[in-house]
Amino acid sequence: MLLIPCPFCGPRAQIEFAYGGQSDIVRPKTPDAASDQEWAEYLFFRDNPKGSHRERWCHRDGCGLWFNLLRDTVTHRIARSSPVDEPRGGNA
Amino acid sequence: MARMPHGGRIDRTQPLSFTFNGRHLRGFAGDTLASALLANDVTLVGRSFKYHRPRGVMAAGVEDPSSLVHLGIGAAGEPNARATQVELYADLVATSQNCWPSLRFDLQSGFDAVHRLIPAGFYYKTFIWPRWSLYEGAIRRSAGLGMAQNLRDPDVYTHQYAHCDVLIVGGGPCGLRAAEVAAARGDRVMLVDDQRELGGSLLWRGAGGIAPDLPATIGALATTSNVQILARTTAVGYYDHNLVVMHQRLTNHLGKAAPNGTPRERLWQVRARRVLVATGATERPLVFPDNDRPGVMLADSVLHYLRRYAVVPGRRAVLFANNDPAYQAVFALADAGVEVAGVVDIRASVSDALAAELARRGIRLFSNSAICATHGRQRVRAVRVGAMPSGPTTTLACDLLLVSGGWAPNVHLFSQSGGKLRFDDAQSCFRPAQSAQAVQCIGAANGLFDSAIALREAATTALAPASADLLQWPSAGAGAPGTGDPLAIQPFWRVPRGLGHGRQWVDFHNDVTVDDIALAARENFVSVEHLKRYTGTGMAPDQGKTSNVNALAILALETGRDIAAVGTTTFRPPVVPVTLGAIAGRHIGGLYRARRLLPAHSRHVSMEAMIADYGGWMRPEAYPLPGESFEEAVRREGLAVRTRIGLFDASSLGKIEVAGPDAERFLDHVLVTRVEGMTVGQIRYFVMAKEQGIVFDDGVVMRLGADRYWVGASSAHAAHVAQTMDEWLQCEWPTWQVTVTDATRQWATLALAGPESRDVLSTAGTDIDLAAERFPHMCFREGLVANMPARVARVSFSGELQYEINVHAGHAVTLWDRLLAAGASEAIQPVGMEAWLGLRLEKGYLVVGIDTDGTTTPDDVGSAAWRKKTANFIGRRSLMRPHALRPDRQKLVGLLGVDPAKRLPVGAHILASPSALPPCATVGRITSSMLSASLGQSVALALLANGRARIGETVTAYFDGQRHMATVVPLPFYDPQGARLNA
Repeated sequence: MLLIPCPFCGPRAQIEFAYGGQSDIVRPKTPDAASDQEWAEYLFFRDNPKGSHRERWCHRDGCGLWFNLLRDTVTHRIARSSPVDEPRGGNA
Repeated sequence: MARMPHGGRIDRTQPLSFTFNGRHLRGFAGDTLASALLANDVTLVGRSFKYHRPRGVMAAGVEDPSSLVHLGIGAAGEPNARATQVELYADLVATSQNCWPSLRFDLQSGFDAVHRLIPAGFYYKTFIWPRWSLYEGAIRRSAGLGMAQNLRDPDVYTHQYAHCDVLIVGGGPCGLRAAEVAAARGDRVMLVDDQRELGGSLLWRGAGGIAPDLPATIGALATTSNVQILARTTAVGYYDHNLVVMHQRLTNHLGKAAPNGTPRERLWQVRARRVLVATGATERPLVFPDNDRPGVMLADSVLHYLRRYAVVPGRRAVLFANNDPAYQAVFALADAGVEVAGVVDIRASVSDALAAELARRGIRLFSNSAICATHGRQRVRAVRVGAMPSGPTTTLACDLLLVSGGWAPNVHLFSQSGGKLRFDDAQSCFRPAQSAQAVQCIGAANGLFDSAIALREAATTALAPASADLLQWPSAGAGAPGTGDPLAIQPFWRVPRGLGHGRQWVDFHNDVTVDDIALAARENFVSVEHLKRYTGTGMAPDQGKTSNVNALAILALETGRDIAAVGTTTFRPPVVPVTLGAIAGRHIGGLYRARRLLPAHSRHVSMEAMIADYGGWMRPEAYPLPGESFEEAVRREGLAVRTRIGLFDASSLGKIEVAGPDAERFLDHVLVTRVEGMTVGQIRYFVMAKEQGIVFDDGVVMRLGADRYWVGASSAHAAHVAQTMDEWLQCEWPTWQVTVTDATRQWATLALAGPESRDVLSTAGTDIDLAAERFPHMCFREGLVANMPARVARVSFSGELQYEINVHAGHAVTLWDRLLAAGASEAIQPVGMEAWLGLRLEKGYLVVGIDTDGTTTPDDVGSAAWRKKTANFIGRRSLMRPHALRPDRQKLVGLLGVDPAKRLPVGAHILASPSALPPCATVGRITSSMLSASLGQSVALALLANGRARIGETVTAYFDGQRHMATVVPLPFYDPQGARLNA
């Protein structure tokens, strides 16, 4: 069980968190204009790195906030934990 | 003279009686079951896993592969208890396993006579026709270990969590030294040991005066405030970020004297900034013909029994070894007055010092020799010694054969932590090389067998500065090099065929021989992982503690590789078996998982409702009257709603408040349904989808005010819906001014349903104008109901005139009582979930997750209004993909059973061709069904390919060998014009 540093609450056991997959998946600004291939890539295509992985976690049984984590998928070393604070546009 | 007249760490003032296979025996406090059995000259303890060979105690610790017994009787009984790990207590009852009718006369030992017919892999090759399952039962019964019992365990188990600066696993000399050093500099230390007393090998082997003085050291540590000592505690698992799981036995050793109600065992989860593994090393047996007879024991274990328990497990001993330290055991035996018939050593010569010690005791040495046979059936009676490589041979009578093939550091925890091992050729063992977490092995666990070096290194390691990183050991000294060659070992992995015949056992626990490994290699199972699975070596409760390195070495010989190239299998947790009770802890019975109770739960209980789990909520299924069956109750409750009135507790319905200036925009983005244009007081049915276009939930949304909405999600999904909304808000639209609050548990929701509900609500007393033209269907009003502030919604899952009355959760019982009283004159009936689900089925209302699956889109269930929306809601684009637009998608439709009295089975598949026999193509399935009392029909919901175009057709549903004919009809079945719910 990982020890995850929540940027708001500090290090807590993994059991308090929910995993949200890869970070920085950008929702197409104009989905209706996206091709089926582009939409499928947004929905389903994810990196599967051996090494550094930027991913989303939610401190569900704590502050309830989502944040980003930079985790090594081989060693589980956590290099960085940061709030999801940069608005990236959204729906268009 | 099995028990020496004096000595040992047993309490001779406390004799204890116990029984083994019904025989009454005696031991002392401080004994283990194994030492007490040996003291009573009991050498035959069990039968082996596959061939039912006689087996005895071979070792003194967790590594013993054979001494598994059943402890106790009845519900508190425990299978597969290792006699070496069981502390003796008064009136202990132990029984042998895997033998019938008795240990001495086991009928299944016939398997041993036909062993040539059943080598490794025999099952895989033989029992494949027509299928394995035909044979499995009989094979599982004849092979195996103890029997799990199916009675409820009366004991209590518990869990505990802890943090510390340094966790030291193992209270031997190095563990104690490290604890002293770490404690002195102020670290919070946890020191754990699996024995009842600390000391490790100091309890039976000295360290030449350089080791810590045992009583003084332990006494000082025990009174140091920053040190916590846990005895009888085994670290069994090493997980990510320095989380170590430990299994502590609290009252097992007390037997019947254990206090009632206190936990028997405790499972610890410890997060340590650093872990020092001081688990010592395990002696390896030598591999030679018939080396599994009772009376063949590890040399150091014999010393252990002699010194710690004052037990001599034989009268005439022989040692077979390939290293120096093993000699200590025979010297001790000889000094204790035991006859030593000879020492057999692989090596061509031994050191002058050893030779002098042998000569002084008059012990004969057979150098450059091996044991090539053993004799005796249920106990070794003699051994045959052969000069290498091919004779001549000499026979030595003996009833105790000590063996030592070297030592294997106990690297299980280190390996579990991700640490890398390397093979040390000088000492013929795997040693820790590279740490992957903040863990370091010290002492013999690190392959350091010289006490002085090991103790110095333990102190240095304990003083290494702690790092903030749990994955980083701060010092670069991982895997300090071995110095000197104190074992003076000469590797020896098996007796060559020229010298010995007969089976040479490698894995005593799983009955694997040299020939089995050779067979696996011949059949190209040359990877260690394949070897393990094909032969079974290193598996099961034992996990190859004594056999691992021997098996790898033999595989290396068979395949012409180095041991380092063969590698080792993965060490998996747990290091030793853990009882299921300890793993479950308190999470059993009613505490197995959290259950949510309705706020009026006590009322449902007092009305003797049948309560069941619906998506985590404990809800009434039905309220049967005395003498009434469940089916009759469901029918009565349903008809009451259709004809008069019923009262249903809907408090588990989701109530998610979405508020803020951007609330409308937000809801139009998370719901498939359009929210824009709703007026305050209005309610709309909504569907919510996932981004993949799949139906996620449905329910009703109410506009409470200019920028406040209430989302009534379904009971089972409400929490998930609120979490999902919050996720989108935080991660996709963080600048929007909206809050999402799940208020489900703050409100009670009671539904009055049926043609009389307006009158009954009026009777209960309300200041809300209930006239249909001013309070129509799909609207809500706020006011007082029975003098309680309430939000009353006209929505209908039942298809009848229905009011859902929401009040403060604390008012649930009062409102329930008031509504029942107000409806008494109309014979109001409380309605359970079963009848309620039937009412909605008659109306064709779907339940997400029951009538939909992971492929169902809003279009499939008839929600197509989203096409008029402009907002880019979640799932919108996915609904435009070609797959979502296929005409042959499965659509939700109604089915009428051709036989109106026969229920259509849920899960039945609708066949593409009515005459086909499965396996064949299917075009849909039945998702919900009932025999409708109000319609006099067998009705069902189904997902059917291109279903809406097939209205009027007859289809064939297939379930469990039976065919059911049904007609496809439009939904709903009941009141298609909606006159009743609009009343």
